[in-house]
Amino acid sequence: MNEQPAFDPAAPLTPTGNLRRRRAISRVAESGATLAAVLAVGVLAIVVYSVLVHGASALSLDFLFKGEPDGIGPALVGTAEIVAMATVFAVPLGVLVAVYLVEFGGGRMATPIRTTLDVMNGYPSIIVGLFVFALIVEPTESQSGIAASVALAIIMLPIVARGTEEVLRLVPDSMREASDALGVSRWRSVLTVILPSAVGGIATATILAVARAAGETAPLLLITSVFDGSHVSLNPFEAVPNIPVTIYKLSEEANPEGFARAWGAGFVLLAFIMVANIGARVLLNRSRRKMAG
Amino acid sequence: MSSVEQQFGQAGFESVPHAPPSRVRIQTGPLAEAGPSSGRRELAVEAVFDVREVSVHYGAKRALQGVNMRIPRSRITALIGPSGCGKSTFIRSLNRMNDSVTGFKLDGEVLYHGHDLYAGNVDEVEVRRRIGMVFQKPNPFPKSIYDNVAWAPRNLGLRHGLDERVEQALRGAALWDEVKDRLKASALGLSGGQQQRLCIARAIAIEPDVLLLDEPASALDPIATASIEELMHSLKGRFTIVIVTHNMQQAARVADETAFFGLNAAGGEPVGTLIEHDHTEKIFGHPADPRTRDYVSGRFG
Amino acid sequence: MSTAASPAAPGSVQPSRSRSADRRRSLDRFGDGLLRTVCAAAAVTAVGILVLSAYQIIDHASPAISKFGLGFLFSTEWLPNFGVFGAGTLLYGTLVSSFFALLLGAPIAIAIGLYLSLLAPKGIRGVISPMVEMLAAIPSVILGFWGVLLLAPFVHKHVEPFLHDTLGFIPLFGPPQTTGLSVFTASLILTIMIIPIVASISRDLFLAVPRDVQEGASALGATRWEVVRGIVLPTTSSGVIAASLLGLGRALGEAIAVAQVIGAGEKIPESLFEPGDTIAARIANQFPGAITEMHKASLYYLGAILLVIGLASNLCAQWIGRRFDYRRAAAR
Repeated sequence: MNEQPAFDPAAPLTPTGNLRRRRAISRVAESGATLAAVLAVGVLAIVVYSVLVHGASALSLDFLFKGEPDGIGPALVGTAEIVAMATVFAVPLGVLVAVYLVEFGGGRMATPIRTTLDVMNGYPSIIVGLFVFALIVEPTESQSGIAASVALAIIMLPIVARGTEEVLRLVPDSMREASDALGVSRWRSVLTVILPSAVGGIATATILAVARAAGETAPLLLITSVFDGSHVSLNPFEAVPNIPVTIYKLSEEANPEGFARAWGAGFVLLAFIMVANIGARVLLNRSRRKMAG
Repeated sequence: MSSVEQQFGQAGFESVPHAPPSRVRIQTGPLAEAGPSSGRRELAVEAVFDVREVSVHYGAKRALQGVNMRIPRSRITALIGPSGCGKSTFIRSLNRMNDSVTGFKLDGEVLYHGHDLYAGNVDEVEVRRRIGMVFQKPNPFPKSIYDNVAWAPRNLGLRHGLDERVEQALRGAALWDEVKDRLKASALGLSGGQQQRLCIARAIAIEPDVLLLDEPASALDPIATASIEELMHSLKGRFTIVIVTHNMQQAARVADETAFFGLNAAGGEPVGTLIEHDHTEKIFGHPADPRTRDYVSGRFG
Repeated sequence: MSTAASPAAPGSVQPSRSRSADRRRSLDRFGDGLLRTVCAAAAVTAVGILVLSAYQIIDHASPAISKFGLGFLFSTEWLPNFGVFGAGTLLYGTLVSSFFALLLGAPIAIAIGLYLSLLAPKGIRGVISPMVEMLAAIPSVILGFWGVLLLAPFVHKHVEPFLHDTLGFIPLFGPPQTTGLSVFTASLILTIMIIPIVASISRDLFLAVPRDVQEGASALGATRWEVVRGIVLPTTSSGVIAASLLGLGRALGEAIAVAQVIGAGEKIPESLFEPGDTIAARIANQFPGAITEMHKASLYYLGAILLVIGLASNLCAQWIGRRFDYRRAAAR
């Protein structure tokens, strides 16, 4: 071979040729990647820490239970109400769509359904807000909690559907075949065997969807933003006080006292979301272990 | 070397007139009198690897124990034995490929041209540049045939005459004629045997000192296997070759020396270890250790 | 006991047991059909929601569409009091902030993905992966609030002057303004939002690269970086691009956090450090207070534009992602 002289195999096993330089480049790359990861964790830590530190000082029982201007009690109740209603809308719908995709193959509609779910997953929430505004708020000429629930349900739907689809696919086909062989009808095996075994995954997906919905501000800004935060309002046919819009409004005013309340509300919201995410993860690991073993 | 395979094609062995007796070298496991001070050792051919009392643990599990072995230069050494006796572990320890396995720990010494492979200042990338490896399952890169072979030389800065280098490597792997018209085609379109020869071409393109082959033909059909074996003969003079194989006919046909790895049950848990290592004819003709004899004759029945 | 349907011979005597078996069978068939219908209805509903939303928005935008036509996209005048509306400033702000965020965020996210898949020991991966995903779970309103109160002042005091001093010859890095509420700060917030999405997907993609091919590369005396550059990244390139497009879609559609930190600028900013506005933020800012029909219709028009951009990037991502899967499946 017409080449540079072959290396001396008996030489010590330290870098020869251009290896030193290549090693250095590799080390720089590795450091860069590590640094990036540290950066991400750092940003998370900074944000969480800020919310914790500033929000904790605003927390008190009064804060949690009283209405404006002392506290965010009505907003907490309102968010809970809106999200609960949204869950009632989204979960059955999402589960049914997933069942259709997995148990009935989706028929001719499989690709449009999957594309729809993927698109909905990335749908800007302000667009969902515009849509529901045009659909419900404008014709009824009033903001309402129920319209907000519809909007949040639309946002939750793809999360629930995807999570359910994943866990339904984990159910081994042998279970379905055994059911068939025993002469059990489709609907019976889905309702009494398959869905119950998927409950863990569905719960996980629901929790993640709830955590997402609880923090959504844009649709609520358009649909349920004109409210009186001083007392609890359970009437879903009017604008319902809620946490995200409260935080947003307080953040846009130049009032330092308002800021303190916003941090406090942010603290509660973030704490809820973090706990929900961690809980969902724990549940996921547990149900995965159950499925695998 | 004459076509050893002709003499071993039939069942049973005759002792074949061999090269000068000064090349006789006997290595046995812990059963025999151990130690480099054993008077029966005579060296004429330089040893590329000098393995001393090597044991390997994966975490708490012991995979290999008490291996002492010298691997000669420019020869083919075959490692045979039943599964689970540490052959793969051993060969992967020769080029630091076990580093990435969690819990890997090697005791003893592996000397390569006198240098300890596992010393602190050793650069494992440099090790692998000198000691190449071909794996059991062909693993071509999802690139063109040309780029597969040219990738490593490019990394090493060997950019001049790349075309010739690729051609020589493909010729060396007996693949050139089959692919010379489609060097830009994806390597994934080749058959299994061709892919494996491509992996061999890839390895020899950077002109390593040693070529390690871990069961290179076990995932291939018999015709592809035969082509790999022919390759071994032609590569022998240029590289030191160590080949793990389950196929004893293959070892008998191709290797100058053979090492038999078996299980040593002494001391509780059976652990893989080197049982016997000698010239191939000796191992297959009249092996010294009964375990070797059982394994070798059991197959040839 | 077999309950398979057995054709009854006409005129044969049927024991009473098979009559209830018949009833059971027809109940089952009814149940199957009902379940299938209900599920299909749910699926149709889902697709219908999407289609209906697009229709509603475009429909409500039609007064503005017919009045301004496509010139809406380029006109930079947005004067509600005069009934004059144009999306130019907002389109600029949207594209600049999102692409800048992608430029900054995608490499960082890919690096994180490489770290989590190839560098980190399993234990650390198990801790840091969820943390990166947690970053995605922070609601935009909280991130935006943190941005207004903490990030913007910091950027204003330290980052913008530094960048202006070093890169000021590029007009993009002009002098800092009165506050840190700027396109730049908004881009930083969007970067924080893009990173977890791209990082998680990239990590999964890199983990899926077969180990034997990577081993083969290592066995040829290649450094870790060379294995990444030569094998891992090329193999996953389509997937990583798809992931980046998904991240881009997220940035394009973000309304709240951007509205909080971008400063609601009225004209196209020359420098990144000036306030600006994006389509989504403008809708969030002005829709609740919009009174005139044309104002509302123009905001719906903005929504329609956002819909188109968002759908385009999402569908692109899906298409590239599917092509990538197909290629990998064919290769294996």
